[in-house]
Amino acid sequence: MDNTIVETRPHTHETAVAQEHTHVALPQHRHHFETEQQQREAGTFGMWLFLLTEIMFFGGLFFAYLLYRNWYPAAFVGASNQLSIPLGAFNTAVLIASGFFMALGVWAAEVKKQGLLVLFLVLTTVLGMVFLGVKYVEYHEKWEKHHIPGEHYDVSEFVNPHAYGLKEEPMSPDMAQKTQVFFSLYFAMTGMHALHMIIGICLLVWLTLRARRGEFSSGYVAPIENFGLYWHFVDIVWLFLFPLLYLINRHPGT
Amino acid sequence: MHISPVLWQFLVKWLNASALFPREASTIAPYTDALYFFLLLITVVGLVLVGALVFGFSIRYRKAEHPVAIPVEGSTLLEATWTIIPLALFLIVFVWGALLYFRIYTPPANSMNIYVVGKQWMWKAEHPGGQHEINALHVPTGRPIQLTMISQDVFHSFSIPDFRVKREVIPGRYSTVWFEATTPGTYHIFCTQYCGTNHSAMIGEVTVLTPDDYEKWTASSTSGMSLAQNGERLFASMGCNACHSGSATARGPNLAGVYGSKLRLANGSEVLVNDAYLRDAILNPSQHITAGYAPIMPTYQGQISEDGLIDLVEYLKTLKTNYRVQQTLTTTESNQVAPTTPGVVKP
Amino acid sequence: MSAAHTILNLPDQSTAALPKKSYINAEDGILSWLFTGDHKRIAILYLISITFFFFIGGAFAGLIRLELLTPQPDLVASDTYNKLFSMHGIIMVFLFLVPSVPATLGNFLVPIMLGAKDLAFPKVNLLSWYLYWIGGLFTLAALVLGGVDTGWTFTTPLSTHYLNTHVVTAATGVFIIGFSSIFTGLNFIVTIHRMRAPGMTWFRMPLFIWSNYAASILMVLGTPVLAITLVLVALERTIGIGVFDPTKGGDPLLFQHLFWFYSHPAVYIMILPGMGVISEVISTFSRKRVFGYTAVAFSSVAIALFGFFVWAHHMFIMGVSNYSALVFSLLTMLVAVPSAIKIFNWAFTLQKGSITFETPMLYAFGFMGLFTIGGMTGVFLGALGMDIHLTETYFIVAHFHFVMVGGMLMAFLAGIHFWWPKMTGRMYSESLSKLAAVTTFIGFNLTFLPQFILGYLGMPRRYHSYPAEFQVLNVLSTAGATVLGVGYMLPLLYLAWSLKYGAIAGNNPWQATGLEWQIQSPPLTENFIETPIVDHEAYDYEWLAHKTEHEVTTVG
Repeated sequence: MDNTIVETRPHTHETAVAQEHTHVALPQHRHHFETEQQQREAGTFGMWLFLLTEIMFFGGLFFAYLLYRNWYPAAFVGASNQLSIPLGAFNTAVLIASGFFMALGVWAAEVKKQGLLVLFLVLTTVLGMVFLGVKYVEYHEKWEKHHIPGEHYDVSEFVNPHAYGLKEEPMSPDMAQKTQVFFSLYFAMTGMHALHMIIGICLLVWLTLRARRGEFSSGYVAPIENFGLYWHFVDIVWLFLFPLLYLINRHPGT
Repeated sequence: MHISPVLWQFLVKWLNASALFPREASTIAPYTDALYFFLLLITVVGLVLVGALVFGFSIRYRKAEHPVAIPVEGSTLLEATWTIIPLALFLIVFVWGALLYFRIYTPPANSMNIYVVGKQWMWKAEHPGGQHEINALHVPTGRPIQLTMISQDVFHSFSIPDFRVKREVIPGRYSTVWFEATTPGTYHIFCTQYCGTNHSAMIGEVTVLTPDDYEKWTASSTSGMSLAQNGERLFASMGCNACHSGSATARGPNLAGVYGSKLRLANGSEVLVNDAYLRDAILNPSQHITAGYAPIMPTYQGQISEDGLIDLVEYLKTLKTNYRVQQTLTTTESNQVAPTTPGVVKP
Repeated sequence: MSAAHTILNLPDQSTAALPKKSYINAEDGILSWLFTGDHKRIAILYLISITFFFFIGGAFAGLIRLELLTPQPDLVASDTYNKLFSMHGIIMVFLFLVPSVPATLGNFLVPIMLGAKDLAFPKVNLLSWYLYWIGGLFTLAALVLGGVDTGWTFTTPLSTHYLNTHVVTAATGVFIIGFSSIFTGLNFIVTIHRMRAPGMTWFRMPLFIWSNYAASILMVLGTPVLAITLVLVALERTIGIGVFDPTKGGDPLLFQHLFWFYSHPAVYIMILPGMGVISEVISTFSRKRVFGYTAVAFSSVAIALFGFFVWAHHMFIMGVSNYSALVFSLLTMLVAVPSAIKIFNWAFTLQKGSITFETPMLYAFGFMGLFTIGGMTGVFLGALGMDIHLTETYFIVAHFHFVMVGGMLMAFLAGIHFWWPKMTGRMYSESLSKLAAVTTFIGFNLTFLPQFILGYLGMPRRYHSYPAEFQVLNVLSTAGATVLGVGYMLPLLYLAWSLKYGAIAGNNPWQATGLEWQIQSPPLTENFIETPIVDHEAYDYEWLAHKTEHEVTTVG
């Protein structure tokens, strides 16, 4: 499990495996781990714990979503139908693919293939950017249609869908007001998710540069592995967001 | 309570005279105070016990007296004791507190209802007879009074410490509290939920009168129409009578006598028609469609104040026949066509 | 050996000197402190920081009590008063109480108590200090720009739609400080799981570790919910996303649930580490293992677990359903039990001990009494019908000050006085510190006991003016606050003085067990020259006696 080391001699550099976690500009660096394995396990544990905090973070939003969807089902259905399933599905595929390449990147680091590692990191980054680009397109469309909650929100498309060429049933005005809640949650949830993607992409760029310098080609793979955990988590959040936001009450032919 | 009533009265009077204890001015106050004294008792006993243990052991086993400590691992018996006894005491408190809570928040059936609207930074009380009060409330002794409260803006909280009652006053839904005053006098009303700049100025006075004095006050302070009369006026001027005319072919359900009944909704559920339901049905009609009727009622969100809603609710409470409704229908010029595909409605 | 009334065992002052090398002089220059990875240096950085914010928050408290001397709103304008209590709450809760023991004593001691050289993630530790300051600067900015008057509870819709003060700035500050807290907790959990020295099993760890572990679980799981709640408030204020806005179909009560889901566990984040300190202090000054070690350890975890399920007891009168009210009241009664267990275990630690009354022990005794009162008044509030009368009054104010100040702050001071010689190598003046402890205790009771009475009388909290009949009790409370203030200033003075002129403390002035007392004072940067092998239980005074007998040289 843990702490099975029995050595009592002072820690030295004679242990074979390189164990560094220095970054620039930190003059005070200490080898406070006994073994490289301990360091690696601690790092992974730490990342899992951090992901647990992220689950709690998104959890508040999911709770709000469950509550309001329960209260205003018609508004949620109507508002959800405004989202583009093709774009959402495309984004889902993009993210899954990026997760696939990230996993390949972890493998490449473990088998010490630097070139492949860099390639896979770049592919992951590019796909992540594609995802964000599509999200921008979607957000822009919402802005144009006045579906961003606030002063300029416009319920007319819900109250009078036939005038907009839609085949939906008209919604009563008070229920149409509630579509703002859906969009509030849509922007909060996908926006928070996008923020995490942006942070992830910044980290990816940094890791790619380090990978190019060969920092992960001699057995030190912890940053790649742990970032992989983070990226997969962001991926999984989207896998929950997509059906909850885009696929409410969708039947074939609707 | 198992204390002699005489002793209890003496205790309370003495405490109150020393400005350390509030007056007991409602029927529920003695119940609250009884629980309070029990809690005080177990707190004092607990504190004395802990204090005795700490001081006792400190003195008996101080270093000068007991230079060598004797290791003791623990004692399952003691652990069990001080787990079970506090737990038992706390559970007693839980049950007692729960019973008291239900007493305070379950109004008797024959309560007289007064509406209270809270807004930054004042209280408006509206008696059914039409009396309006600001930061004041006149009530008779000996009658249960229910307050139906709502906020026009932020969270407030209506508190009468001498009655031991308090309830949050929330925007968007009614909350209720009841009391029965026992002693004529004036008592503080406080707003106890921080609500902005003049939170501490949102205070008032309850004036408790004998039933006779209350009658005199009611008679002298009526300012015109009762709430129900005002509601009837609104019912016509806002066009409700067009659909809710009470005739067999009306587009909206008959509202005479609907208050207090059980209604079957279009989505299959059954609801009890009370104040909260009526208010919500006016503001969010699409979620309150009576079975057998089309969802065509427009929303009045933003078009009617809480005072207006109270008037309408009070009107509907008293509505027994549609005779006057139909009268107003033929005399008002109502061009309110129930919209089937409403035009662009500004949010 | 030592005198009959104290266990203090200082080295011979004529020959004693601070160790040549320690974490303090290992590297020179301010940059070596600002970019350190050493958990001990970070702890000191935190200590200075929270002390700074404590006195700002305390100044606000002083102004509040000054205003409340008279029933009229005559000292400051209403808006200013509202800002005073809001800032007092925000600073004291987020910038003082939450980090107090974990970020100072916890950071310093957790690795050493476990036999490790540092926490698992030293850079994350440093980052958490920077996040603390960035959040603190946002909070100060909100103050300087004009203040925030939402109360520390940011209640909607007041905070989202009815105030035009610097709510978003303050909320941003609290958001960032939240991540400081999360990273501290994360670091502790990983360290405790993965970096214990050989032989240090879970049940050989000091109870201080158990308490910080339980608090860390709460930090890690609860704080993110506060973070997202504040984000939603900020979004509602800035771009109009109305998750809590009734006019847009939202529900302000949802904010309450989300806010209290963190803020109730937060109070256990605040108190649990303090309870850990009490365990250490009572054990040392009774020369005995804590009575019922296992019970106390499990109680810490139980408090953390149960603490997640009681949040709606802050909302009993707000429109939660009757069934919810019943459930939360019952759970509140359950969460009170482990605290009672701890109090009795500590009391029985004294039995058959050999007790001395140095300053840390005085603070510990103060804690026991005041926390008992504070905790029991919590039971008052957990009783549904009782809460109706007491909620939102000064009873609540008195209750939480008893547990947070009478409890937590006393425990913090106990810890500071206990581990000061370890952290600095110096000893402070015992007579002055005892004076401060007694002054604090008297001042505290005078300040807050009248507030229980005021609460039952019905005086609401957050009131700028009040009916004249409440004045006498308010005057008593303000008088107490003055005494309390003096009690808190004194340590600042004699502790600072001790840094230069205090007696040399030596490794183990209190003759305590615990790995931290077996190394030099102040410790080396790497804490241990050799990784210790632990073959004894916690609080093993026989082991200590045996070791002292056979010890030839002192470490360092």
